Amino acid sequence: MSLHGSGTRPQDTTSTPATPEANGIEQLPADLQDERLIATSGISGAVSAFTARLRSGDLGSVPVVIGLVIIWAVFQIANGSFLSSRNLVNLTLQTTSVGVIALGIVLVLLLGEIDLSVGSVSGLSGAVLGVTFVNKGWPLVLSLVVGVALGLVIGLFYGALYTRFGVPSFVITLAGLLGFLGLQLLVLGKEGSLNLPYDSALVGFATRSFLSPAIAYALIAVVVAAYVLTRLRTRGARAAAGLSTAPTSMIVIKAAAMAVVLLVAVLILNGDRGVSSMFLLFLALVVATDLAVRRTRWGRSVVAVGGNVEAARRAGINVRMIYLSVFAACSTFAAIGGLLAAARLVAVNQSSGGGDTNLNAIAAAVIGGTSLFGGRGSAYSALLGALVIMSISNGLALLSLDSSVRYMVTAGVLLIAVTIDSLSRRSRQAHGRA
Amino acid sequence: MTLPSATPAPPDVGAGTVLTLQGISKRFGAVQALKNIELEVRAGEVLALVGDNGAGKSTLVKTIAGVYTADDGTMVFDGRAVRVGSPAEAQQLGIATVFQDLALCDNLDVVANLYLGRELRKGRVLDEVEMERQSWELLRQLSAKIPSVRIPVASLSGGQRQTVAIARSLLGRPKVVMLDEPTAALGVAQTAEVLNLVERLRERGLAVILISHNMADVMAVADRVAVLRLGRNNGVFVVSETRTQDIIAAITGATDNAVSERAARRSREEGPAS
Repeated sequence: MSLHGSGTRPQDTTSTPATPEANGIEQLPADLQDERLIATSGISGAVSAFTARLRSGDLGSVPVVIGLVIIWAVFQIANGSFLSSRNLVNLTLQTTSVGVIALGIVLVLLLGEIDLSVGSVSGLSGAVLGVTFVNKGWPLVLSLVVGVALGLVIGLFYGALYTRFGVPSFVITLAGLLGFLGLQLLVLGKEGSLNLPYDSALVGFATRSFLSPAIAYALIAVVVAAYVLTRLRTRGARAAAGLSTAPTSMIVIKAAAMAVVLLVAVLILNGDRGVSSMFLLFLALVVATDLAVRRTRWGRSVVAVGGNVEAARRAGINVRMIYLSVFAACSTFAAIGGLLAAARLVAVNQSSGGGDTNLNAIAAAVIGGTSLFGGRGSAYSALLGALVIMSISNGLALLSLDSSVRYMVTAGVLLIAVTIDSLSRRSRQAHGRA
Repeated sequence: MTLPSATPAPPDVGAGTVLTLQGISKRFGAVQALKNIELEVRAGEVLALVGDNGAGKSTLVKTIAGVYTADDGTMVFDGRAVRVGSPAEAQQLGIATVFQDLALCDNLDVVANLYLGRELRKGRVLDEVEMERQSWELLRQLSAKIPSVRIPVASLSGGQRQTVAIARSLLGRPKVVMLDEPTAALGVAQTAEVLNLVERLRERGLAVILISHNMADVMAVADRVAVLRLGRNNGVFVVSETRTQDIIAAITGATDNAVSERAARRSREEGPAS
């Protein structure tokens, strides 16, 4: 890292000028020419830029990763079987439905809104699946489509209420929490509990479908290759446009780190049943949502609306459409999560989606590092946050501690996460990164 | 009190005129906010629009920007009479407005703010590289001092934020740029930066309408000053031939009708001679 005073220019230290024959400032890529910019180059530069970002309060997913490591270490010490292959496979299965629901919460939080009804919506879609598939004998696909469509319609309804009448999302979805819980009870009828057929494709997908080791390793190779290729393509495009480029060593290191993490995870999971297809579906949804948020015009608009609605409106963004689509996406994810939960538990009943589903999903998004204040967050926080929440629940169950402890521990972690969010927001403002 | 150098604008303009307002009136209920406003803006010129609080500056700006529709009068843009029904229509015509609250998204970086609502895409995916390249090109042309376009706008100074907002308005290739109090709440150096930017807009051949309370800024960059008082025109002055106090007099109405008084004095002087 080289800190430039007012008198020195960054090109003194950059090792590879773009055009060696040119002199002075021409040598630098277009985005590094400002003398006030603290120029960083190479790996040390990337590391120092990262630490500087952390110090200014732009924490991203660092706290949740550290938290996850601590939680896993503590449980491993308390019970040696916590990090066993068998238990970790269970953890992936438990994480999926909460994670999918949390993915929707991440989107609403990006707008600075909230959806308190995701638990009820997930329970309702599970109930509709049970009643139509088991009692009415509908084809499975039709039942699934109806369950997902229900979530979509509920979300559009929320969005319409919000954009037409300006009712705060907190209140709309609080009403939804009660209303759809009632509807779930109504749909389930008197007996209140339905078992899904154990041999159905859905239950098989959620409980018995695992990737074969060969496919899992091939998938890792494909993912890492895709990562490297996109990075190289971006690099080529940036170089062609006269902009600064990431050093090859950085790309190699990141790709290697990614490969190692994925390989270790798959190796451990393969020690037992392997990578669950359902968990893979969740990962695919996370990646797709992340790309949609970061790389599409829609995602950019969502983040902009979360940052400054008025600015977004004046920029010509269809703000109403953004709210509608995000509420719809959130409820749809909730419905999908409910279907997956029903499939994994092989049953739906009156308490499906009740209890702590709602708050677990919201807590997962916040613990994962998505800001409650809007305009800041990542789809990956749903994955990391859900892992934290379910690790706590799983670990305490292993220790034979009951719900009382689990609720209190989860509450503590949530409080810590929200406090970190608030503190880092304050720090970001102080460092001009808000 | 005499105003020897308060010269009305020469009547023989028309060459290079981009925007002409004729008899624009606007009333809100019982309040006549604008009455028979005449205004003319030329390409490559900075026209300062000054006036006391409640003089109708904001109403006039919002009328030109399409936020309000005039009750009466015509607006001629590029030689055609136009009706501007909405801000979007004004932008499509080529009238860009930078309002006082810059309307930037603090959580997004400079590139994202510049291209907000009109992102460049490659297929369905944002073309970040091309947007960043063009951002630098634009900021260079404006000699804007932005250290990096990949930092959140929140970390920029007031002047830099103003620069981003102005650069943003230029992406639509406008012919007229209206700046509402661009130097309000800025420090000395930042004000100078923004004034430099205004000059750069003039060099690009844009017609700039600058709304300001700060007479020093107005005298520093404007070519002509249009004074509004109580919703009416109160004179157009050529800056190079005018003293600050004359404009202030026209703003405050210390000599309620600077122009007419001068005209009256002229005719008095000519009277005995003929």
